[in-house]
Amino acid sequence: MDPVDIGLWGVPLAILGGAIRVSTPFIFVSLGECLTERSGRINLGLEGTLVFGAMSGYAMAYETGSPFIGVLAAAVAGMLFGLFHGWICKFEGVNDIAVGIAMMLFGMGLAFFLGKPYIQPVAPDLPAIGFGWWSDIPQVRAALQVNVLFIAGGILALVMAWMFRSTRVGLVVRVVGDSTDAARAIGLNPDVVRLLATGAGGALAGVGGAYLSLYYPGSWSEGISSGQGLMAVALVIFARWNPINCFWAALLFGGAGALGPALQSVGVSEGYYLFFAAPYVLTLGLLILTSSPDRAMQGAPLALSLTK
Amino acid sequence: MNTPKSLNRRRFLGTTAASLAAASLGGLSARPAVAQTALTVGFIYVGPKDDFGYNQAHAEGAAAVKAMEGVTVLEEENVPESQDVQNTMESMINFDGAQLLFPTSFGYFNPHILEVAPKYPDIRFEHAGGLWTPENPANIGSYFGYIGMGQYLNGIAAGHATASKKIGFVAAKPIPQVLNNINSFLLGARTVDPSITCQVIFTGEWSMAVKEAEATNALADQGSDVITCHVDGPKGVCETAVSRGAYVCGYHADQSPLAGDLYLTGAEWNWAGIYTDMVAKTQAGEPIDNFVRGGLAEGFIKMSPLGPAVSDAARAQFEATRAEIEAGGFAAIKGPLNDNRGNVIAAAGEAFVETDIALESMDYLVEGVLGSTR
Amino acid sequence: MRLMLGAEAVVIPLGALLAGFAAFSLFLLVLGKSPVEFFALVWKAGFSSAFSWQNTLSRSAPLVLAALCVALPARLGLVVIGGEGAIVLGGLAAGVTGLAVGGLPGVLGMGLMAAAGMVLGGLWIGAVGALRIKRGVNETISSLLMAYIAIALFNHFVEGLFRDPGSLNKPSTAPLAESLRVGDMPFISAHWGVVAGALACILCWILLEKTTLGFAARIAGDNIRAAQVQGLPVGPLVIGFTALGGAFAGLAGFFEVSAVHGSANGSLIAGYGYTGILVAFLARHNPLAIFPVAILLGGFEASSGLIQRRMDLPDATILVFQGMVFIIILLSEALYGRFAIFTPAYWERR
Repeated sequence: MDPVDIGLWGVPLAILGGAIRVSTPFIFVSLGECLTERSGRINLGLEGTLVFGAMSGYAMAYETGSPFIGVLAAAVAGMLFGLFHGWICKFEGVNDIAVGIAMMLFGMGLAFFLGKPYIQPVAPDLPAIGFGWWSDIPQVRAALQVNVLFIAGGILALVMAWMFRSTRVGLVVRVVGDSTDAARAIGLNPDVVRLLATGAGGALAGVGGAYLSLYYPGSWSEGISSGQGLMAVALVIFARWNPINCFWAALLFGGAGALGPALQSVGVSEGYYLFFAAPYVLTLGLLILTSSPDRAMQGAPLALSLTK
Repeated sequence: MNTPKSLNRRRFLGTTAASLAAASLGGLSARPAVAQTALTVGFIYVGPKDDFGYNQAHAEGAAAVKAMEGVTVLEEENVPESQDVQNTMESMINFDGAQLLFPTSFGYFNPHILEVAPKYPDIRFEHAGGLWTPENPANIGSYFGYIGMGQYLNGIAAGHATASKKIGFVAAKPIPQVLNNINSFLLGARTVDPSITCQVIFTGEWSMAVKEAEATNALADQGSDVITCHVDGPKGVCETAVSRGAYVCGYHADQSPLAGDLYLTGAEWNWAGIYTDMVAKTQAGEPIDNFVRGGLAEGFIKMSPLGPAVSDAARAQFEATRAEIEAGGFAAIKGPLNDNRGNVIAAAGEAFVETDIALESMDYLVEGVLGSTR
Repeated sequence: MRLMLGAEAVVIPLGALLAGFAAFSLFLLVLGKSPVEFFALVWKAGFSSAFSWQNTLSRSAPLVLAALCVALPARLGLVVIGGEGAIVLGGLAAGVTGLAVGGLPGVLGMGLMAAAGMVLGGLWIGAVGALRIKRGVNETISSLLMAYIAIALFNHFVEGLFRDPGSLNKPSTAPLAESLRVGDMPFISAHWGVVAGALACILCWILLEKTTLGFAARIAGDNIRAAQVQGLPVGPLVIGFTALGGAFAGLAGFFEVSAVHGSANGSLIAGYGYTGILVAFLARHNPLAIFPVAILLGGFEASSGLIQRRMDLPDATILVFQGMVFIIILLSEALYGRFAIFTPAYWERR
């Protein structure tokens, strides 16, 4: 099928396609961090987990020939990182933010160290589902190539929101996140809950990394992540610890990121650095508009070190 | 070569862990009698040395040097263009007795090499990028290849392959070398069909995987069906282009394993010849020119083997033009030619041959390139 | 006795450092590499000779100032992670100012450049503090977003408005006059930014520990509500401390431009702001500890090259090493107050 000249329609199409393509790692990392933070811990090291997930996922997919085993491996690796963080932070006096930064260094270092032999080989990609079958325009079809992980991320956001609202597990996480003492008073062990929440959060971040190396851009290299993990952690604050908002924030971020290249492709090319900054400017602008001094940390788990 | 620095090295070998000395000497003594003067050569890369791109091309050159007799090769990767590279150079000199250094990233030159070289007048610094001028210290040399010609040949292959008459270019920054590559790519394609246009997207970074993939998608969305690039690691661009069904022309190194049947050809660096030549000259005590340049004919650059999608007509024109370039005096930029803002670049009869120094300060995109230099 | 009480702050991190070394030794043994060789190389490359110290100090110089940009706001309980933005914009301001003051005597010109860098860096991070106070915008996310925006602005201006047309293949501002280049210290070829960093640490320590402002900041950091009830000027404190931190990051940008690069260009974006976060947290936001921690980090990084070359290990080895050591040092914070020998009670009993 020959490409159709779509002209300026390329911009909204690119934003749509970009939102779908670029947002998935942000969705997974921010959902993972959302769970962790709701339990009262902050894990700033998910950038390292993301990169390690990207490496281990790619390596396992290459070794086994199955991208799904790669995703599983990334999740397990991420979970181990998360559990490690959760275990260290249970000791009194240990700062979870600082440990996160050291874990970031450790995760990236280990990923680069073990990942050298996997830079050159080509691993199988994750499959995508074409939702553009109704259109004759190849560009629309390409934009609507939706990866299975994106769909899984969307479902996960809904499930997590439901979990926090209506399940016992969600309630436990919230109680622990709001007050360590109150949790103890009703017989919960905050350390165990936080350990599990950090482990699960790490697993999700690992999956986000696997998406980078196994689908888009779809290969393992040391420059695979340009800070997506760190940014996704920050997006949780933007999303006010609400899983559904995390999903929308990730979509917004991915879509805005497509603006720079898309505008250049239709001839708006001067000042491209500023267009590339669109996701950051847009997020900051929205953050300023939606904040107010009275409800500074609305929705924040009260036991979170970030909010004290 | 018996500079005070080599004394340092001997002293070092005498004093560090015996196992260490044994390991590094063992490699040498395993070879037949050392005929050449022992020489330590250092290579410094700005990124990982297996990036399918700029750094890999240099590392392949270093691998050829490693095979030479009497040569110890030091390598360091992921060295940023900051104080770090100055420290790395000095560390290679002070701790390992390096006598010849190849800091390969463009941004290493000013101020870093210029800062370190005067401190070590007996050490030779060879920089990839061709920035040396006679005012700079004499122990610095620079070398570079006319890779624009490779992109011109890429353009010929692309011109035959494109059905949409739109080809695409993912570029890092609008600097002269990159602009020359973009212009050459389009001008090569226009020898096939003058109606072809080339869309360029600048990412603003030398290495940014997701942005490069997004740029490639944007090019495909606008109908480009042959895509090439000038970024440090072309892996992401290649794979994304292939996923959109576009043909790929490679850059820096051979990317045919990534693009398969959609790979037309590629403009590659061929540093092995230059590096082994410079090392051999240093071993023999012969001087190296401070200013070394060459193209296809001199073996500084080479083309990837043509892929299966290249038609016979394309192959014929490609080979004829390659022969013409190798004969010397070839000009891609020749009149009558305007830039894409309507200014005259070359009047009828005027031509800038590949070696013309004026091309090294190129600040325009030629007519037919969709994009802006700012 | 006072000595023993103070010793806790030295003995525990040192012990943790050794434990970290032991953990990494295990990692090396698993790989079949010699830990003895590794640590000999770290010592040799980072700390053994004048050249090693030059290498180590020049790497640690920007980290010290970048860490202050984290440590000062941290005293108020703020987690600022976007110092990188203040560094690059500070460097840009210094580079551009340098072009305007080329005719002035060197010291005056450099003073103006440094001031310009500090003002822009201070405004940038001060804005983060102001957004927190005036609009309730979380400083962690705003500083990170603003760091990316700062880098975009930096690139936009360096490759546009302020680009030296002569900087062909590496877009830069015009080169600084030789009189505006900060030189090396006597006896060691590391630039004066090291001394500036040390002085800044001492000044910050005095500010935090010996002035009423520092005292007020600590109260506000412990409990903002309580501080407000007591009538402490929380708003000005937050804006002031973030701005001061940003000013130090901007100063780091000035030194990078004036002492290292000679113009503002893309090489300035080297991630020092992010490494500075780690330095500050390892130093527990104590300005006097920042300096030795930065030197330790600089020394580790200085050894990376030698380890790549001699031990045939990838460059990421040092990252793994740093990660392991720092995690264990942070873990050791749980030990404070656990050893009887360091407590007053132990000594009173004797």
